Amino acid sequence: MNESPAIEVIDLTKVYGSGNTEVVAMRNASMTVRRGEVVALLGPSGSGKSTFLTAVGLINPPTSGRIRIGGHQVLDGPLAQANLTAFRRQHVGFVFQKSNLIPFLNARENVQIALELNDSSPRAARQRALELLEELGVRDRSENLPSMLSGGQQQRVAVARALANQPSILLADEPTAALDSGNGRQVMELFARLAHEHGTGVIVVTHDQRALSVFDTIYEMEDGILNLQPKEAVV
Amino acid sequence: MNLALKDIRHNLGRFVLTTIGVGMLLMVVMGMAGIYRGVVEDATLLIDRIGTDLWVVQHDTRGPFAEVSRVPASLVHRVRAVPGVRDSREFVYHTIQRERDGKPFRMAVLGLSWPSDKGDWVPLIAGRPLAQNHFEMIADVSLGVRLDERLSFGKETYRVVGITRNMISSGGDGIAFFTVVDAEAIQFDSSGEAVRLERAARKGRGERSEIGTKQPSLVEQAAKPSGELPAIARPQISAVMVQVAPGTSVEQVAATISGWSDVSVHTRSEQAEFLLKGSVDKARRQLGLFRVLLTLIAAIIMALILYTLTLEKIHSIALLQLIGARKPVILGLILQQALMLGFGGYAIAYLLGQRLFPLFPRRVIVTGDDLLQLAVIVLAISFASSVLGIWKALLVKPNEALS
Repeated sequence: MNESPAIEVIDLTKVYGSGNTEVVAMRNASMTVRRGEVVALLGPSGSGKSTFLTAVGLINPPTSGRIRIGGHQVLDGPLAQANLTAFRRQHVGFVFQKSNLIPFLNARENVQIALELNDSSPRAARQRALELLEELGVRDRSENLPSMLSGGQQQRVAVARALANQPSILLADEPTAALDSGNGRQVMELFARLAHEHGTGVIVVTHDQRALSVFDTIYEMEDGILNLQPKEAVV
Repeated sequence: MNLALKDIRHNLGRFVLTTIGVGMLLMVVMGMAGIYRGVVEDATLLIDRIGTDLWVVQHDTRGPFAEVSRVPASLVHRVRAVPGVRDSREFVYHTIQRERDGKPFRMAVLGLSWPSDKGDWVPLIAGRPLAQNHFEMIADVSLGVRLDERLSFGKETYRVVGITRNMISSGGDGIAFFTVVDAEAIQFDSSGEAVRLERAARKGRGERSEIGTKQPSLVEQAAKPSGELPAIARPQISAVMVQVAPGTSVEQVAATISGWSDVSVHTRSEQAEFLLKGSVDKARRQLGLFRVLLTLIAAIIMALILYTLTLEKIHSIALLQLIGARKPVILGLILQQALMLGFGGYAIAYLLGQRLFPLFPRRVIVTGDDLLQLAVIVLAISFASSVLGIWKALLVKPNEALS
């Protein structure tokens, strides 16, 4: 088994604009997430959480700093050290607050497409998609379109899709914001269970203070600065 | 997984309706080409069917299909005497408009040179060719007459003995075939009062002239029917058709007749060309322009439809990019939908056209070449119209999925 961390983020800084309009959205943010570790990222709106998440998700490269995923150097400042689209496909999974699923694909197809994009055969992808849906308890809704699923079921399908290619890191942005407290806690517990079972590092951006006990590590971001918080102090 | 098909399945009703709309537009494009073919075919059909080698017409005119041509009926005998001529026949051709059942009734009247020409060459779908010199006619089915129906033109009644199909004048009117004598009788029919007035006028002119005073018997003659007066020529015919003897050069016979200063002579292909470069040419160019305009409109509408379809999928496209979809996957989604829209529309255009074109008042002839050409055009506009959608899709960033 690869013992390298799921992700290493070193001194990430993101600056928007220049001169008088320059805004530093994130300053020297560093984080290491081990395989199977579940990390919460807290912070008020506008604190830089989304900037951090899109940077480590290889969507919005930082101005400076380095990112290593699964032991591979991926970004050195704004310069890509690998094909970011391919790397994202193979090593990063995403779950967001809502509108997670492609509306014209049913639950199985939403998972299957992630596998097919990663060059799985349609037959193998279909089988794997059904297995993941089974694992997440929504196999019976596999042929339903997203519009026919509840919020909690949609999030489970989104998690299944995010895990489809066995990523090194799973990034979740407010995944429980659209769910009631019961479903929200279930989803958070699901992240924790899957992270431990699949050996995937998980970073969850959340405002939800009710389910923090499921996280191994908690960070807080304020004014673009990332701080490690003692779990006992927050929970 | 074919994302284009999945998306269409999700919005099937709307996609089908859109495709039907595009199909109807393409059917009009297809119909324009068919109408053009029909105009050309109708214009040259009679010339081709008659199959004569040369047309002798009024001097410096382009023949009866292009303009009014008048030559004396006796010309047929003069032409027959030319070395190398196997046969010559009278040709009478004019268009009339009467009223039938309270509606305008237009037809092209064509005189057959009885008894050498009984209309055996006319393709009949019912009945028989002419069997007597008078009071029989063969009519195109588009005229709406029935076999054995009796129609009155002038003072005479004519029985429909044969029905033909697709014998249409260049103006789109159905052709009716009579003997030359009957065709002239229809053309030059005058009322009894008009005949009496003309005779009285002739008599009056004679009485006022010096020759009438010196020879009163001439004035008496002037009051007789015109057919009995040698000084009054027989009604003129439109042209003389010439069949050249086998082994004789058509050009050689034409050269001989063209030496006559009172007539002009044209070959069959020249007659067809006069038609195509004359009145038909304007219709052809007009139809061509309409076709180009409609093709452009179809392309613009398709582009807007595909652009709208792409806009609706922006979030899905961003999501696909976020989970690592390569650009060809996104482009393929849009391009495949463009092709499905284009070729779905093309199939609908073809199927609708097959049912609707026969109901058009003029013939719509859609050839295999035209279908192939339209298929290529549809392919081209499908590609072209997807450019706008593809351009929009390429601007989508993966992080838009997060918003």
